Amino acid sequence: MIKNNRLSEAEYKVNFSDIHPPYTNVNAALVDANRCLFCYDAPCTKSCPTSIDVPKFIKQITTANIKGSAHTIFSSNILGAGCSKVCPVEKLCEGSCVYNLLDEAPIPIAQLQRYSTEKAIAGNWQLFTRKPSTGKKVAIVGAGPAGLSCAFNLSKEGVDVTIYEKESKAGGLMTYGIAAYKVTPEFCEDEVNYILSIGGIDIKYNMALGTDITIAELQAQYDAVYLAFGVGLARQLSVPGENLTGVVDAISFIYELRSKGFSSVPVGDKVAVIGLGMTAIDAATQAKRLGAKEVTIVYRRTQDEMPCTQVELDIAMLDGCKLSWLAAPKEVLGADGKATHLVCTKMKLGEPDASGRRSPVETDETFTLEVDMVIKAAGQMPFEALVNGSSLNNKSGKVSVEDKSVTSINGVFAGGDCVNGGREVVDAVQAGKDGAKAVLSFIATNATNEH
Amino acid sequence: MHICNNSWLYKKLLLIITLVFISDISGKKLKEMANISSNFLGIKSPNPFWLASAPPTDKKINVLRAFEAGWGGVVWKTLGSQVKNVSSRYSAVDYGGSRVMGFNNIELISDRPLAINLKEITECVKLFPDRAMIVSLMADNNRESWHELIKKCEDAGAMGFELNFGCPHGMTERGMGAAVGQDPEIARMVVEWVMEKATIPVITKLTPNVHSVVPTGKAVVEAGTNALSLINTIQSVTGIDLDTLVPNPYVAGKSVFGGYCGPAVKPIALKFLTTISQNETTSKVPVSGIGGVSTWKDAVEFMLLGASTVQVCTAAMKNGFRIVEDMCEGLNNWMDEKGYAKIEDFIGKSVDKITHWEDLDINYHITAKINQDKCIHCGLCYIACEDTSHQAINLDYGKPYNTYTIKEDDCVGCNLCKLVCPVDQCITMEEHRVAPEYINWKQWQEQGLPLNDH
Ligand SMILES: Cc1cc2nc3c(=O)[nH]c(=O)nc-3n(C[C@H](O)[C@H](O)[C@H](O)COP(=O)(O)OP(=O)(O)OC[C@H]3O[C@@H](n4cnc5c(N)ncnc54)[C@H](O)[C@@H]3O)c2cc1C
Ligand SMILES: Cc1cc2nc3c(=O)[nH]c(=O)nc-3n(C[C@H](O)[C@H](O)[C@H](O)COP(=O)(O)O)c2cc1C
Ligand code: SF4
Ligand code: SF4
Repeated sequence: MIKNNRLSEAEYKVNFSDIHPPYTNVNAALVDANRCLFCYDAPCTKSCPTSIDVPKFIKQITTANIKGSAHTIFSSNILGAGCSKVCPVEKLCEGSCVYNLLDEAPIPIAQLQRYSTEKAIAGNWQLFTRKPSTGKKVAIVGAGPAGLSCAFNLSKEGVDVTIYEKESKAGGLMTYGIAAYKVTPEFCEDEVNYILSIGGIDIKYNMALGTDITIAELQAQYDAVYLAFGVGLARQLSVPGENLTGVVDAISFIYELRSKGFSSVPVGDKVAVIGLGMTAIDAATQAKRLGAKEVTIVYRRTQDEMPCTQVELDIAMLDGCKLSWLAAPKEVLGADGKATHLVCTKMKLGEPDASGRRSPVETDETFTLEVDMVIKAAGQMPFEALVNGSSLNNKSGKVSVEDKSVTSINGVFAGGDCVNGGREVVDAVQAGKDGAKAVLSFIATNATNEH
Repeated sequence: MHICNNSWLYKKLLLIITLVFISDISGKKLKEMANISSNFLGIKSPNPFWLASAPPTDKKINVLRAFEAGWGGVVWKTLGSQVKNVSSRYSAVDYGGSRVMGFNNIELISDRPLAINLKEITECVKLFPDRAMIVSLMADNNRESWHELIKKCEDAGAMGFELNFGCPHGMTERGMGAAVGQDPEIARMVVEWVMEKATIPVITKLTPNVHSVVPTGKAVVEAGTNALSLINTIQSVTGIDLDTLVPNPYVAGKSVFGGYCGPAVKPIALKFLTTISQNETTSKVPVSGIGGVSTWKDAVEFMLLGASTVQVCTAAMKNGFRIVEDMCEGLNNWMDEKGYAKIEDFIGKSVDKITHWEDLDINYHITAKINQDKCIHCGLCYIACEDTSHQAINLDYGKPYNTYTIKEDDCVGCNLCKLVCPVDQCITMEEHRVAPEYINWKQWQEQGLPLNDH
């Protein structure tokens, strides 16, 4: 049965408490910070998509220069606080820490990063000064990580930025998508306010591109436009029974979980989650943490090909989620319009594809899971209609760019999930930086042309 | 097995256990056991580890605890005219997350009544007759004061004296401590007074607050001191509180230079010790080495440079008396491994290995070599050599791991990369002699051989 309010407030609190708790005292941070070797041309920095100078910010913790440490982080990544909580560091900075090569635990870079950035946000330290306004105006669509990062880096240079956001809050998937045990709504709000405190950034909420405003209109009013509207709902399963009650989209499920109280979010007794990316893991674990009795993750390939990291998989397994490897949904069966069973095809691995990953091949065998809820989490769909409605070059809805952020429309730039189809927050932040750079040079060339 | 344990009873127990152990492995060759006991001018102790004259040896309760823990002897906290101390008294230098790499203090000699000190010395000697009981002295600057103090301490049961000519603060202003040790002639005079009266061995403790300890060392040996000890503390400012702007340690808004000791001073102490061990006059008397001894390894190094016993203060103040357990075991195991049966077998063995620069062999040449299997790609060797040495390390860019290799022709064999590398034995220095024959700088010049061309 699908119902809400399965647990007590105290149980929700425990289930959704911070999965990576911060240091509780300065000494603990110093023990870890002092272990850092201060590598040259550090592998951790090279493995960070925003190239944070990790050894430098850690060294600054050891010299009690926390302001400097936060400045080092934020100059590369203005969402450094959020990233310290949500980045899959096991495959980024911490994954390449040289201590791994000594079979020693890597430096807890994320936790140290959180240490400095949280202090900065709590103290509202103003570490950057905005250059005097140049009078140039740029419109940004979407106040997610890519949009905010671009806005900050433009405003710092004196550009007046207006962000058009379709929701009533900023942060994008940070606010509406990422697991509740990684970031809280309060944190997301604080982070957004901290970014905006540089000034020069105006957010117009409840304004959707395509509905309330068009790219052409924006171009007419602004010197340049940056698109950072992310991607949409989870991919369709395209199997019979998909419209039965109980078959839901992971993004909407999580959206509800992040924007309402936990007790008001309904979840089934027996839940199947389709897919094994970050979204699937988040949907599965959070369904379990809301009180679902049984959660089974259904994935087409094997552990060797899985898109999530081992750390993520471990979270799901420790939460008691089951895994059904080499299985693909074939049909959802129902009674009285409600889902009751998920029929799956057993798969086997075929030849490696172009990327070297072995593709799953159907077998004749099937098996059936008893379910009352099916969560679709096999990748997100780009906003294909919106993109096709403009003259933007695209690949099935993913905006095509050259030189990292230049779209096919002159003066229009794009980045983040809407370009890459859905990666991590940290990639979106870097995209926002690249976008700001491209916009600035576009504005500069245009200004010279005008004279 | 080690012989630094507390009571006779315990020793007997150990003996029994040892015998049981031996009978157990009968048939196999017996493990050889080194003898780590020491005989310093007839003052015997079960091991060469003494506690230096300082707070750890300030009263009966500490000294008994030290003996129970296994210390071979103590140098009782300096006695003299009673003084009054201030608060606070200590400060430290922390480094890279480690506390108390260096330590400093502004304490004076014992601030307890002499009569109590003497009574407690007697009691300690009675309870632990097998341990060395040296009493440190700093009498007022006249013959009578010294004679009187010596008499009282001998009556109390002291086995030897250590003359404190080194305290660098508080006492110097009164013409004592370092004020004596810094002037060879005053030191000579005081030692002469002491030798007139003392009937037990006299050790003179030297101050390092001089450009060389040899002049005072020579003067006091000529005046008849039976032994030397060094170093006392070094004048220092350990740091400043960046909020109050008052240096440490803080006393009501002010500070003074304090005496520096602990691990940070060991290299300086070893240098001073070497100069005493190499001088013809001063090397005639035994030396008790002091300054930053924290482990058995430190102790062995002092002994290799000529010390017969070592004294410890800071390490005990930081960690308590229990550190002596590993000092005994470590020394024992090392001696067994190296085949030294008794400590005299290795004392002084490194003294002649420190020579003059102009006697070094210029044809000796080494170059660094990186073991790529061990390398963790931290780049520390590269940046050190590139920024501050000889640009002798090559960087091949990789993501995320760079590869580092030595440019053998550019490497001067300075050791820097090896010193900064975090992985043991990852960088080794390989010998590539320039030529087989020995040649030193003077010969090089005489022969007009070429100097560097870059
Ligand atoms: C369930 C889930 C869990 C995730 N977990 C993690 C994680 O743990 N760690 C991690 O690093 N990444 C995670 N990600 C990925 C990460 O959230 C995204 O990569 C990142 O948020 C992309 O940033 P963006 O700014 O490009 O897009 P978004 O964050 O999607 O922001 C786009 C913004 O544009 C707005 N918008 C959309 N359409 C319009 C329109 N038409 N007009 C105006 N505004 C519009 C949206 O409301 C939104 O605010 C997760 C994603 C999901 C779905
Ligand atoms: C708090 C303190 C008090 C000391 N008092 C004396 C003293 O009274 N007489 C003395 O000869 N040396 C005194 N010393 C010096 C020590 O005996 C010893 O020479 C010095 O600390 C170096 O050894 P270490 O590095 O093991 O501490 C004192 C040292 C400290 C730290
Ligand atoms: S030994 Fe010195 S010169 Fe040679 S590579 Fe190492 S640091 Fe450079
Ligand atoms: S310092 Fe050592 S571990 Fe680091 S790169 Fe150099 S050789 Fe490798």
